Amino acid sequence: MSDHGHHEQSFISKYVFSIDHKWIGIQYAVTSLFFLLFGFGLMMIMRYQLANPGATIPLIGGLMAGGTFFADNGSLGAEGYNMFGAMHGTIMIFLGVVPLAVGGFGNFVVPLQVGAPDMAFPKLNMMSYWVYFIGGVVMLFSFFVEGGPSQWGWTVYPPLSVIVDVGKLGQTIWLGGMVFLITSSLLGSINIIVTIVQMRAPGLTMFRLPFFVWSQLVTSFLLVLAFPPLEAAALMQFMDRVFHTSFFLPSGLVVSGKVLEVAGGGNPLLWQHLFWFLAHPEVYVLILPAMGIVAEVIANNTRKPLWGYRSAVYAAIFLGFTSFIVWAHHMFMTGMGTTMSTFFQTTTMIISVPSVIILTVFIISLWGGAIRFTVPMLFALAWMVMFAIGGLTGLPLGLTATDLHLHDTYYVIGHFHYVVAPGTLFGLFCGIYYWYPKATGRMLNETLGKLHFWISLVAMNMIFFPMFIQGMGGLNRRLHTQGTYQIGRDLEWLTKYQSWGTYILLFGSAIFFVNFWMSLKRGKVAGANPWNATTVEWAAPSPPGHGNFTSPVTVHRGPYEYSVPGKDQDFSPQFVA
Amino acid sequence: MSGHGANATVDGEIPHSVTSHPVTGINNGKFGIWLFLASEVMLFGALFSAYVLLRVGSLHWPTGFDAGLNIKVGAMNTFILIGSSVTIVMAWASLKLKDFSAYKKWMLITIIMSCVFLAVKLAYEWPEKFAHDHYPRTSNFYALYFLITGLHGLHILGGVVVMGYLLGPGSKLWHTNPEKLTGRIECTGLYWHFVDLVWIFLFPLFYLL
Repeated sequence: MSDHGHHEQSFISKYVFSIDHKWIGIQYAVTSLFFLLFGFGLMMIMRYQLANPGATIPLIGGLMAGGTFFADNGSLGAEGYNMFGAMHGTIMIFLGVVPLAVGGFGNFVVPLQVGAPDMAFPKLNMMSYWVYFIGGVVMLFSFFVEGGPSQWGWTVYPPLSVIVDVGKLGQTIWLGGMVFLITSSLLGSINIIVTIVQMRAPGLTMFRLPFFVWSQLVTSFLLVLAFPPLEAAALMQFMDRVFHTSFFLPSGLVVSGKVLEVAGGGNPLLWQHLFWFLAHPEVYVLILPAMGIVAEVIANNTRKPLWGYRSAVYAAIFLGFTSFIVWAHHMFMTGMGTTMSTFFQTTTMIISVPSVIILTVFIISLWGGAIRFTVPMLFALAWMVMFAIGGLTGLPLGLTATDLHLHDTYYVIGHFHYVVAPGTLFGLFCGIYYWYPKATGRMLNETLGKLHFWISLVAMNMIFFPMFIQGMGGLNRRLHTQGTYQIGRDLEWLTKYQSWGTYILLFGSAIFFVNFWMSLKRGKVAGANPWNATTVEWAAPSPPGHGNFTSPVTVHRGPYEYSVPGKDQDFSPQFVA
Repeated sequence: MSGHGANATVDGEIPHSVTSHPVTGINNGKFGIWLFLASEVMLFGALFSAYVLLRVGSLHWPTGFDAGLNIKVGAMNTFILIGSSVTIVMAWASLKLKDFSAYKKWMLITIIMSCVFLAVKLAYEWPEKFAHDHYPRTSNFYALYFLITGLHGLHILGGVVVMGYLLGPGSKLWHTNPEKLTGRIECTGLYWHFVDLVWIFLFPLFYLL
């Protein structure tokens, strides 16, 4: 970014401890992309172990043989597999996708789309990034302590996570890291809500807001209200580990043949309730921003208004409310009772309705449009199909009768990866291609973008589709070697394809990273409005300077007025009278 | 890079950071603090839920009296904390009346009362429990008692730090932007009332029931 005028800023205050929402958004995005790559790396190693049980991991297995993670021959050990699995989930969700969706896009795009000069609390905004950064460093640090990082899955269920690795630091550090990450999203989401409600440009009523802003508003409310219970739960698990309380340890718990010497009287289900009270709304924290991005891109590339904009907004709000009363569908198998299961099964069926409404809005919006197949549009179209697969495969998991069979199998892994990986991540890539010109002033390369898209689409399906087959075959998740049981041996040949899928995905991602860095200098120069879009962020120069807009913004119409009959051009921007 | 216009809003000043928004009727800071308090309700709400779940699932749950909590001292602390909620309102009202020296006096009294509360809690009540071999690991009653009163104590401590800042270096804002300082004291007061309210739930929960 070039110098901007009379505010002489030092390098540190401009690029490191910046209080400009655009730069903080970029900091968030780049950091979370790094964590996504790191989490993907962990998964590649795990998939290699599953495809070639006990074989030396190429490249790094030899270097790290015999350490915390790897066996003496350089293969991934069973405990190492557990650690990588737990940290893959933790990193992907809390350090990768959420910071990219809310920290990155929320920070960069929301103030621009509402016509505001910055976020409501710029210093708090800077703090939220740096608290996130510290949380990330804390999580990475846990890889280097004796005994390694957390190895109890991203759900870290007690009693297991409390009683096994006594005296080791990994899990305790995980809990500490979570407190930082929770604090960070709290600060960030308060900022986003206040910005949206208080700082809209004149004329920008709530129902003239782009759907992306609505999705960020609902997401932020979920973060403000759902994360604190996990913080409470983390504090209790911390007490159990460090001060030997028994919040989650029942009386008479037997470990290695001996009754555990604790006060007892605790309840392991308490953790699960508090954890899923966060973690189910978290699913919508992941998917809502992706839905918002896809809505923008679909309207822009079909050159039509979004069909049923209001329905989509109401559906998003309803989705937000309902996401607070479905959490125990993750706990059908815990013996909490059939009355509870029936209640949560019912609410789970209800919550599928607003998702279907939103998806229907997108599909009908395509009808009769003169679709431009730009790279963001390709990602948006693929998102619809992938999210539909992820969503529909969730229904059998939400019904107790079918969940009995599918619970804890690879089917579950397939289901939520379709929602989060080719679902949310495709939505986020869609957003990167769409707003990159706004952030940098240059376009990403179209050809490389298409290559990235097609390769990712094929690779993602190679990795995740076989999981449905494995899961319906009865194969359990979290196994270090699938061939332990006969049921897994019959399906083990699929793991080869999944492992090859990870190589292909790495190749596709490499193309993206090359494109991302090269286009900073060499990309085609973009004007203020390269996509001929209608929303307010395109009124600002690319990249926008300090304070965002060169002249005060006034909003005159709804967000998606494309192809208005009788107009000379096929788009009528909100910001043009 | 371009980006500077004549308009104040365009020049990077945040709208409604001091003045109220015409529709919501409040400024950004007040909106933000209410959202923060909503998240705090969820934080303490989760801990209270844990209390309920563990208590109804237990065979034996002591009352505060059985467990050796000092009800008289707890009651005294309750009154001190409620008193500090009154004095912080006096501090805010003084600013509204443009009486800066009265503000300083009331703020100082609030801080002293908070410190007394903390001292009674940490230097008297907790050590007395430890002296009777009552630790967090002793039972879930004590685990919850130490966790929730400890977390509440951290909130008091945080409030004292902020109020200390607003009494000391932060009060210079009075001479440049008195409206903004008054807004900050109001937000601090809202937070302080919330911390009080949590204690008003905690006192009967642990000491009386």
